[in-house]
Order: sequence, then structure tokens, then C-alpha cells
Amino acid sequence: MTTTTGTEVTDAIVASPRAWVAIVAIGAITYGIRLSFIHLFGRIDGVPDGVRRPLRYVPPAVLAALVLPDLVTLGPSVAATLVDERLIAGLVAGAVAWRTENVFATIAVGMIVLWLLRFVAFA
Amino acid sequence: MDGTSAASDGDTTDTVDRGDAADTGPAGADDGLLGLDGDIAAGVRDVSPLMLGIVPFALVAGIAAVDAGLGLAEAVGMSVIVFAGASQLAALDLLGADAPLAVVVGTAAVINLRMLMYSASIAPYFADYGRRLRAGLAYLLTDQAYALSVAEFGTNSDRSRWRYYLGAAASLWIVWQVGTVAGVVVGTGVPDSWGLTFAVPLVFLALLVPAMKDRPTTAAGVVGGAVAVVAAGLPLNLGLLAGALCGIAAGLATEVTTA
Repeated sequence: MTTTTGTEVTDAIVASPRAWVAIVAIGAITYGIRLSFIHLFGRIDGVPDGVRRPLRYVPPAVLAALVLPDLVTLGPSVAATLVDERLIAGLVAGAVAWRTENVFATIAVGMIVLWLLRFVAFA
Repeated sequence: MDGTSAASDGDTTDTVDRGDAADTGPAGADDGLLGLDGDIAAGVRDVSPLMLGIVPFALVAGIAAVDAGLGLAEAVGMSVIVFAGASQLAALDLLGADAPLAVVVGTAAVINLRMLMYSASIAPYFADYGRRLRAGLAYLLTDQAYALSVAEFGTNSDRSRWRYYLGAAASLWIVWQVGTVAGVVVGTGVPDSWGLTFAVPLVFLALLVPAMKDRPTTAAGVVGGAVAVVAAGLPLNLGLLAGALCGIAAGLATEVTTA
């Protein structure tokens, strides 16, 4: 993979320089985010308590913020919001995740419920 | 899930490792998988159930790249250089819609800001390693590698941390690249009506439920999710960031009131 910057656009990629500029910029920013504390903590000692305490709540808060908007879209009414194949499939999959803590089972049940609703019930 | 224990206590066996492939190191109790070091094999083994969610995710990243008008080189280039699925899908969507570059890059950066927290959370476990090894480990940091590794580090102090992490994270990387290529090649072979992208929230859901293990973490998840839903219409995908910050605040507030 050639590393390409916005100023070194070659013939091979001239078809979509926009895409390459975006890819390289996002990649650089994302790597900086990933490296940030992993790099810094080699120099400074320990994690300040003010950083450590909130970190405990990052996984549930971020994961929920990633998941819920994919399951729920606020509709014009309560019924329109709740009668949604994604929400129903997600609730069933959430119950499976809670009872089994098994990723395979969670995905399999969630997809099967989605397909049943989409191709059978709501068809 | 809290990175409270510093990496400096105990675990002296792997404090000077530099990540050389030839380094056989102390194998853990696990039997080698495919001749791999025991700790690497343990990471590969533990991450393998997550691949059922990663494979469709990677396929979708490839398909979405084709839909956005990108070729194989750009699709693979994005998966190698960015290597962060949610931000890739958002960026591809915006590229396909001819959004301004600043919006494309800004949205992806906001989505990936959560990894700042992962970086801080996992950093104490890597603090004793050399700069080059840490730089390599950082490149492979993902939601799944982070969640698996921090859970393992918190319960099993005998592990060579970087080997376990490498086993999980590098497996994810390989599957991600192969899946992207397959997605581009398959292209639109899988009908949209199958809703393959729905496997993405299901993966995050399977990670979320065990993360809500007490009152404060449950409050963080409930508030974070609810705010993200209400704020879903905000530009630049700020709904995700708003949900995350409100969820963290809710967790801290619950912790204070129950203590």
C-alpha cells in the first residue's frame, strides 16, 4: 500500500483524490487518538484519579451510544417508534446477550429475528 | 473494565520484550494453537467468537466502498490506514453523498474519539513496554481488542499482556482486511434487504450487556443510549459524542449517590 498525501496525487489514484485525502487524514487522526495515552503513559507515572474514574463508564456509555441509534429511530408516534423490526430484534438479542453472554448466540438470534420479522411477519 | 491496576506490579516476564517475532517467551498454560505462543493463541481463541460480527461488518465496509464509488485500492487502503469500522462506514456514506472533506474527516474523527478513552484505559497495562512496541500496539487498538484485553488483564495477571492483545488485535486486523476485499469482490451480490449491516449493532450489543455490571455502569449505558437516540439528528454525528459524555456523567453521578 503506497502512502499518499494530498499533495502527491499520482496517475493511479487521480480518479478519486478526494477519497485518498479523506482516508489519509482520517487515518492520521485516528492513529493519533489511539497512540495518545499509550504513548504518554510511558513518560508520566500512573493515571490521575480524575481520568481513571470516568474511564470506568466509557465502555457502557460509548457502546450504548453506538447501539441504540441503530435500534431505535424516534418516530412521529410512540407506536411508530416501538413497532420496528430492528428494535424488536435488538430487544430479543439483548435478552440473549444478558442470559448467555455469548456473542455467537446474540448475533445469530438477532439476525434470525430480524429476517423472520422482515420476510415473514412484516412482509 | 477499569484500568486501575498499574502494569508495574508483578508480571516481570514481559517487561523488556520488544515485539520480536522470534521471541518465544514464556508460554502460558494454554496449549499452542497452530504452533503459536500460548498467550497469543489465547488472544486468537478469545476473539474468534467475535468474528461472526466482524466478518459481515468487514464485508459491508467493502460493499459500502463500492457503493461510494471507490475502487479496490481505495477500499483496502481505507481498511488498512483507518482500520476503524464505524468511522469507515460513516466516511463512505458522506463521500458517496459528496459531502465536504472537512465534514467527512471531522465526522470520522468524532466517531473515533472514543478510542482516546480506550487508549487511556489500556495505557497502564502497556506502560512498561518500549516505545516501538507501544506504537505498534496502538495501531491495532479497536473496540473489540480493547474490551477483550482489559477484561483479561483485570482477571489474569499471568498473561503476557502484549502477546494476548496481539493475538486478538492482529486476528481482527487480518479478518478485517480479507473481509473488506471479499466485500468489494462480492460487491452488491448480497441483497440490501438481508440487512447484513444489522450485525454491527448486534456485535456492540453483545459487548455492551456484560459491561453494564452494576448500578453506575448500567446508568451510564441507559443514559448514554437514550441521549444518543434523542440526539441522533445532530450534525457531524455529535449524537454519539453527546450520548457518551452524558452516559459517563450519569455513571459518575450514580457512583456518588450510591457511595
